[in-house]
Amino acid sequence: MCTNIAENAYINGWGKGVDGWFNVSQVCVSFDHPAYAPFEHAVNIDFMNIQNGNMKRVAVELDTESAKELIGLLESALAKGKAQKLT
Amino acid sequence: MPYTTDQYEGMIAETITVQSEQGDRIHAYIARPLGPGPFPGVVLVNHLPGWDEFYKETTRRFAHHGYIAICPDIYCRVGHGTPDDVAAQARSQGGVSDDQVVADMSGTAGFIRSLPNSNNKVGIIGTCSGGRHTYLVACRTSGVFDAAVDCWGGNVVQDAEKLTPAQPVSPLDYTKDLDCPLLGIFGEEDQSPPPEQVAMHEEQLKLHNKDYQFHMYPGAGHGFFYYDRPPYRQEQAMDGWGKIWEFFGKLLGN
Repeated sequence: MCTNIAENAYINGWGKGVDGWFNVSQVCVSFDHPAYAPFEHAVNIDFMNIQNGNMKRVAVELDTESAKELIGLLESALAKGKAQKLT
Repeated sequence: MPYTTDQYEGMIAETITVQSEQGDRIHAYIARPLGPGPFPGVVLVNHLPGWDEFYKETTRRFAHHGYIAICPDIYCRVGHGTPDDVAAQARSQGGVSDDQVVADMSGTAGFIRSLPNSNNKVGIIGTCSGGRHTYLVACRTSGVFDAAVDCWGGNVVQDAEKLTPAQPVSPLDYTKDLDCPLLGIFGEEDQSPPPEQVAMHEEQLKLHNKDYQFHMYPGAGHGFFYYDRPPYRQEQAMDGWGKIWEFFGKLLGN
């Protein structure tokens, strides 16, 4: 925890990891050092399922511009879904 | 004594458990030279990305240089998995508490001193969040560590809005209690800690007449020792390592 910027929420969805699909029940969005991406800081998104101390995770580490673009895409897709009365 | 090719070399490196001062046991990676010693000890505090290969390699590096080196897994209670998975889980939980890290590192230092080939001197070193923890531990313990090395520890100067339940006090506020000499290694282009925070830290050390030396490297940013990451800066890193060997050698040597 170098920046202490980590936002958590309980969610409902599915993610695909190395062992196949699993329910994702928690997401952590942090702005901190990435584990792999070649940036000093990244927007790290961890979709997780934690049960009995065991964790499954789908992780992405984005640069700032990519994270902003993702926000726009999410909002755009949700708006179009709502317009089509799908939500 | 400089290394010559006719010297015998040997070390053992393995996973063990150490007892935290909280009373429970956690995993730790120990690397120590073979031989009767006596050898100085070093405790390594792993960084945010976890109890990973870099820290295991660095632990062995200290053993190669004649130290009983131990790196406890500060995320051991979070769970087990790949280092980056466990680190992500720790981050989602708000990190480990400062109190716990102090207890873990104190217990580890006690373990080193209990070894028959310890020279009874123990240093502590950490990078990134481990640098912050190193400084915190050096301030919050007394008579436990003989030297401390903070490598670019972010949030030593921790603004009120960045305090958390796990990190309720800025390490800077403990400066008057710093109990051993301190070596600080920093990069001029680092954003955490930025040079102005390092200057604030230095100001407090001076105010309290502490024994310290800070080195601020031009052309280096955060994590410039990490040879597997883009911020690696060979010249600055090797000079920094030289400073560490000199500092620990003087304060922990036989």
